[in-house]
Amino acid sequence: MPDTIQNMQVIPLDYYIFFCSALFAIGVVGVLVKRNALVIFMSIELMLNSANLLLAAFSAYRNDPAGQIFVFFIMVVAAAEVAIGLALLVMIYRSTHTIDINVLNKLKW
Amino acid sequence: MIEKIWLVPLFPLIGFLAIAFNFMRFKGLLSGIIASSAVFLSFIGSMILFLQLSAGQEAMTVDLFNWIHFNNLSIPFSFLVDKLSVLMLLIITGVGFLIHVYSIGYMKEDAGFNRFFAYMNLFIFFMLLLVLGSNYLVMFIGWEGVGLCSYLLIGFWFKNQDFNNAAKKAFIMNRIGDLGFLLALFMLILQFGTLNFSDIFSKSQTILVGNSTITIITMLLFAGAVGKSAQIPLFTWLPDAMAGPTPVSALIHAATMVTAGIYMIARSNILFVLAPVTMWTISLIGIATALLAGSIAIFQTDIKKILAYSTISQLGLMFVALGAGSFTAAMFHLTTHAFFKALLFLAAGSVIHALSGEQDIRKMGGLRHKIPVTFWVFFIGSLAIAGVPPFAGFFSKDAIMLGTFESSPVLWIVSVLVALMTSFYMFRLLFTVFWGKAIVSENKYHPVHESPKSMTIPMMVLAALSVFGGMIGIPQLLGGSDRIQDYLAPIFAASASILKQHPSEVNVSSELALMLVPLILIFIVIYAAYLLYAKKRLVQLEDKPRSFFENLITRKFYIDELYEIIIQQPVSRLSIFFHDVIEIKIIDRLVNNTGNMIVWAGKNIRYVQTGNVGVYLFFMVVSIITILFFNLFN
Repeated sequence: MPDTIQNMQVIPLDYYIFFCSALFAIGVVGVLVKRNALVIFMSIELMLNSANLLLAAFSAYRNDPAGQIFVFFIMVVAAAEVAIGLALLVMIYRSTHTIDINVLNKLKW
Repeated sequence: MIEKIWLVPLFPLIGFLAIAFNFMRFKGLLSGIIASSAVFLSFIGSMILFLQLSAGQEAMTVDLFNWIHFNNLSIPFSFLVDKLSVLMLLIITGVGFLIHVYSIGYMKEDAGFNRFFAYMNLFIFFMLLLVLGSNYLVMFIGWEGVGLCSYLLIGFWFKNQDFNNAAKKAFIMNRIGDLGFLLALFMLILQFGTLNFSDIFSKSQTILVGNSTITIITMLLFAGAVGKSAQIPLFTWLPDAMAGPTPVSALIHAATMVTAGIYMIARSNILFVLAPVTMWTISLIGIATALLAGSIAIFQTDIKKILAYSTISQLGLMFVALGAGSFTAAMFHLTTHAFFKALLFLAAGSVIHALSGEQDIRKMGGLRHKIPVTFWVFFIGSLAIAGVPPFAGFFSKDAIMLGTFESSPVLWIVSVLVALMTSFYMFRLLFTVFWGKAIVSENKYHPVHESPKSMTIPMMVLAALSVFGGMIGIPQLLGGSDRIQDYLAPIFAASASILKQHPSEVNVSSELALMLVPLILIFIVIYAAYLLYAKKRLVQLEDKPRSFFENLITRKFYIDELYEIIIQQPVSRLSIFFHDVIEIKIIDRLVNNTGNMIVWAGKNIRYVQTGNVGVYLFFMVVSIITILFFNLFN
C-alpha cells in the first residue's frame, strides 16, 4: 500500500486535477448532447468516476484514508443506482420500444 | 329578608329562561301565565321590602359576588336596597304585572305569543337590574339590557320592514346616548377610582359646587338620560317605537324604560347639584322637549303616536323638575305617570283591539256606548294626566309646578303652557274617539266589541291607581302630609343641603294661586276641546289646507327630515362614495389584480415545463455552474 501511494505521488497533483476535470466535463457534455438514455447513463458513470479518482488522489497526497473510504461508498451507491436505472430503462424500452429521451416528453405543462 | 333581594330579579329571569328554552312546547296561554306569575312573585318581594323599609329598616347594599377586580378598581356585583330603588321596584313589578296580565288577552291570537312573553320577562329582569344596581356598571348592564329588549319588542312583528326600521332607529338613537353614559363611567373611574354609588356620593360631598370635571361627568350622564328618556335632540325614536305591540308601548315606552333616565339622575342627585350648569341644561332641554312634543301631539292623528308624544312631553316635565332641583317631585310624577300613561296606552290598545287594528282617530267616533269600560278608564286616565283634582296627575304636576316656580317664574309659565297643551290634546283624543258618530263601517266578522276580562281588569286596577295614586303626595296646603316627600327625604337630603332649599319659601296664598290658576285654565281648555272635537268633530275635517304654522307642527317640525338631511344623507352618501370608489375601484381592484397577475404569470411560465429531459438537464447543469460561480466569487 505505501508503494502505491508513492507511485501515485510521482505524478504531480495538478495532473490529476486537470485529468479529472476533463473527464467530468466529457461526462457533462455527454449527458447534455446525447439522446440515448444508455449513453447518458455511461456519461453519468464517467462523472462519478472522475470524482472518485480525484478523491483517491487527494487521499494519497494528504495521507488521509477517509477519501478512499468515500470512494467505496460512492461505488456502492453507483452500483445500486445503476441497477435501478437499468431496470427502469428496460421497462421504458418494453413499453415504447425506444430509449431516446426526446420521445419521453409526455409529462409537460 | 333584604339579603334575599336577589330573588326579585331572579323570578323574571327564570320565567324568561323557562319560556325561551321551551319556545315551541308551550301551548295556549301557559307561557303568559308563567311570565305573569314570575312578575307577580317579584311584586310580592318588592312589597315586602317596601314594608320593611317603611317600618324603619336601614337601606343596605347586598353584595352578591366580586365581579371585577383590577388594580385598585373593584366593582362588586351588588344590589342597593333603599327607598328610591324600592319605589322603582314597586312601579316596575306592579305596573309590569298588570301589563303582563293584559297582554295575555291582547296577544292571545298572535303567533309569537311565547316569544312575546319571553322578551317581556327579560325586559323586567334587566329593568330590575337597572334600578337595583349599587354601582354604575350594574346599572349600565340593565340600561343596555332594556335597550336590547326595547329593540326586540319594537321589532316584534319583524315581517314588516317599517317596524324593523323603527326598532333599529330606537336602538341606534339609544346607543348615541349610551356612549355618553359610558364615557361618564370612565371619567367617574378616573375621578373617584370607583363606581359604587355610596363611595362616589360620600367622596363628592367634599367637592366644590361648579367643579368642571363633575360638570362634564353630569353632562355625559345626562346625554345617556336624553337618549333613554327621549328628550331633544334624541326623541324621534319614541313615536316610531309605537310600531311594537301596545302592551310594549305601555310597559317600556311609557311606564318604565323611558323613565330610567329620570331615575338615574335622581339616583346621582348629589353629583348633579354640584353642577349648576348641567342643572340649567336639564331644565332647558326638558322644557323645550315638553313644549315641542306637546305641540306636535295636538296635530297627530294616530292614537298611539299622540300618547307617545304625550309621554315625551311628560318626561320633559320630569326633567324640568330634576333641573329645578325638586327630585322628589320628579319621582312623584314618574310614579303617577307610570299609572296613568300605562292606563292610557292599555285603553288605547283596547280601542285598537275593538276596532280590529284601526289606529287612525279620524276613522273613530262614538265608541262611548260600545266599549263602556274602555271609555271610562280612558276618561279617568285623561283626567289624571290633565291634572284635574283629585286624580293622581294633579298632585304630581302641582309638585313640579311648585318646584319650577321656586327655581324661576318663567319656567313656571312655560310649564303651565305644557300642562294646558296636555289637557288639550288628551281631550281632543278622548272626544274624537268616544263622542260623535262611528265613521268606520261595521265589520261583519269582527264587530266592535269590549275587550275580555283579562284586559279590562288590569285597566280597572290602573284606573284605581290613577285616581288614588296621588294620595301619596297630597301637599300640606290641602291638609295632606306629603308622604312621598318624607319617604324620599333621606335619598335627597345631601343634595337638598347643597341646594339650600327652603321647602316653605312660597307662602300659602301664592301656593294656592299657583295651584288654582292652571286648574281654571285647564278646565277652560277642556271645554274648548269639547266644543271643537265633540261638537264640531274638527279632527275629521283636518284634511283641509292648512296654514304654514299648522303644517309645520303636523309634520312634526320636520325634525325627522332635518336629521335625514343633516346626518342620514351625508353618512349614506359617504358610504356610497366608500363603496363605489374606495371599495370597488381601489380595494377590489388591488385584490383582484393580485390574483389575476398570478394566474397570468402561471399561464405563461408553465411553458418552461417542456417535458423534454434534455432541456431539464441543461437547466440543471447551468444552474449548478451558476451556483458554483456565485459561491466562488462570494
